[in-house]
Amino acid sequence: MEYYLDHAATTKPCPAAIEALQRCLTTHYGNPSSLHRLGVEAQREVEQARSWIAAALGCTPQEITFTSGATESNHLAITGAVQTYGKRKKKLVVSAVEHASVRNTMQHLQNSGYQVVTVTPDKNGCYHAADFLAEVDENTCLLSMMLVNNETGYCLPVQSVFRAAKRRFPELITHCDAVQGFLKIPFQVHTLQADLLSVSGHKIHGVKGIGALYQKNGVHLHPTFYGGSQERGLRPGTESVPLIAAFGAAVQTYGGTIRERYQLVAEKKAYLLEQLQTIPNCKVHSTADASPYIISFSMQPYRSEILLHFLEKRGIFVSSGSACSKGKKSGVPVLFGATELEADSILRVSLSAETPNKALDVLVSELQAAREVLLY
Amino acid sequence: MQTEIILAKYGELALKGLNRNTFEDILMKNIKRRLKPIGSFSYTRAQSTIYIVPESSEMDLDSAMETLKKIFGIAALCKACVCEKNLEDISRVGISYLEEALLGARTFKVEAKRADKQFPFKSPDICRELGGQLLEAYPHLQVDVKHPDVTVMVEIREKNAFIHAGNEKGAGGLPVGSSGKALLLLSGGIDSPVAGYRMARRGVHISAIHYVSPPYTSDRAKEKVEQLCQKLTAYCGSIAFFCVPFTEIQEEIKRYCPEPYFTIIMRRLMVEIAQQIAAKDDCSALITGESIGQVASQTMQGLVCTDAVSRIPIFRPLIGMDKTEIIETAREIDTFDLSTLPYEDCCTVFTPKHPKVRPSLKEVEAAQGQYDFTASVEKAVANTEMKIFRIQAGNAFKV
Repeated sequence: MEYYLDHAATTKPCPAAIEALQRCLTTHYGNPSSLHRLGVEAQREVEQARSWIAAALGCTPQEITFTSGATESNHLAITGAVQTYGKRKKKLVVSAVEHASVRNTMQHLQNSGYQVVTVTPDKNGCYHAADFLAEVDENTCLLSMMLVNNETGYCLPVQSVFRAAKRRFPELITHCDAVQGFLKIPFQVHTLQADLLSVSGHKIHGVKGIGALYQKNGVHLHPTFYGGSQERGLRPGTESVPLIAAFGAAVQTYGGTIRERYQLVAEKKAYLLEQLQTIPNCKVHSTADASPYIISFSMQPYRSEILLHFLEKRGIFVSSGSACSKGKKSGVPVLFGATELEADSILRVSLSAETPNKALDVLVSELQAAREVLLY
Repeated sequence: MQTEIILAKYGELALKGLNRNTFEDILMKNIKRRLKPIGSFSYTRAQSTIYIVPESSEMDLDSAMETLKKIFGIAALCKACVCEKNLEDISRVGISYLEEALLGARTFKVEAKRADKQFPFKSPDICRELGGQLLEAYPHLQVDVKHPDVTVMVEIREKNAFIHAGNEKGAGGLPVGSSGKALLLLSGGIDSPVAGYRMARRGVHISAIHYVSPPYTSDRAKEKVEQLCQKLTAYCGSIAFFCVPFTEIQEEIKRYCPEPYFTIIMRRLMVEIAQQIAAKDDCSALITGESIGQVASQTMQGLVCTDAVSRIPIFRPLIGMDKTEIIETAREIDTFDLSTLPYEDCCTVFTPKHPKVRPSLKEVEAAQGQYDFTASVEKAVANTEMKIFRIQAGNAFKV
């Protein structure tokens, strides 16, 4: 029996996504730019998907641009906005716990002369809106914050920061990497007051290789490369119709049940936390108000990678939460208050509404077994 | 129609005395085996040069050159064009064949070698004639005899003349298989593949041994080492890869021996297992990637303790190299990126916080004596799995 507990890494495509994929590979295989019937069918697939995604985000379809995934969405949002609005305003404010796609784009901009201010959590691992607002000023071009941290599930105060910052500096561009929140925690782009927002297909039971960027009407971005007029010239290149259609189908499947699933997953999280308490030395790093979909915990003194492979051999798939013995630490758990030693033994369990409670029971009993079998 | 061939020249081999034929035979065998996937060639050898003649004109000589550049024992090589042994033909063929090289150069010179002393023109005559013709055909060129961009070579041999635009450097060293066989301890780090490469370059045929400790080490770590092995085949030829189950032994050291000696005892047991495998695989020595002072177990005292258990020589070709030099070679042979993938390997499992840096042999023997490892070593050797990695044929589609 296999138990997949790594839904923050990727998810299994849902039947509707696979069906859409199949349809666009076999029947609607035209190029959306073609004038003939096959082209029209393909274009319909793309526009249908676009409208479902728009519906889920609470925006208009024209505000959605398809990309190759959230990494590209983040890159396009940040570099595109900086090229348009950053000629005089050279300051960028970002949280310190962003995904590598944001972090490294910022690093690149810093190397090319922009001032990048990273805001770290307080010593308890909490973010306060005031910490971000203290850094935003009239020279700030872009403010970027992720909605849900991918390693700990921590929910950043995006809404209060964006709303307050926009009130003070209406010209400020706000970007949100919402990959781990999309279709998992309820939000709408206009209540967040995000100008730009990135989402990914494969984290929500779509397929890999497709993402989208919400770009508020009136906000202008420079494309990162040039070509045809697809996606209003912002993201040229023939649309990947099958991936887009699969993305749309997944959004249509899950878009209407965000709150119900949230409730279900919250119960699963509570159940797991209770069970984890029975394991000596097991410390949960995700806070109580974090997204229930992601649970980060450490079981000292066992190193993450070793536990991960121990569990894998028993059919349980979790993630090591980016901690590696050979120097590739993300540093994020430490920012959220874990000690270096704890960070070395962090595991990340990420759930879906379909995760059976049995999987959590097996996880806990195998962790108990690991304590008896593994040396350290 | 121009006939293009490859000339492979051996350096050090030419210095060998009575053994020279044996070395040449091994080199020929290696070349033939490696070029087989590219197509059929005919081979002749004369005057420290192997003439590699493609049997059809559609053969991919560029791939053949790339392959040959990785074969140890070849000091220099070049593609050359065959022409008749007369000055007109030499000039005619030279002008068209060298177009690419000469258009890309500003200065050139011509050198001639007359192996056939019966040829009616002397070397300077040949140079003058061809040089003049080339200058006329490519008026942008200037002659520079000291630092030319391109050196055009004309070689007058027994049957034909050859024209080429200078030699490229070969891999050097001695042909693999000419210096016996040894077993490389391959961990997956940066050093051990480089150590294997260095010894292969001196003609040693390599087998490799790797230790796995599931669940402490993962399938990915093992896969990574297998990929490293595959990379090495490009230089070393086929490699027999031995994979030793090592979990039990590591757990026993952890349980029964004092912590500061963990790594050094582990290395001694690795060597013990390796020499048993070496005996089975007809290897006369071990090879490690150790470099003195690099880590706690690689201090001189540490090496004394590992050497003490070995009944066969342990070669450490990197012993006097800096990490930066090792990394340079690792990049050259394209193992660096694989080596730096961040998976746990058997050497990082249970590493003590404060390892003994200068252990004395007595202390180590006493520490190891706390437990009798004989049975576990026997078991590990018995359960070792073997797999052979062979040179991979290029998988490009024919064009």
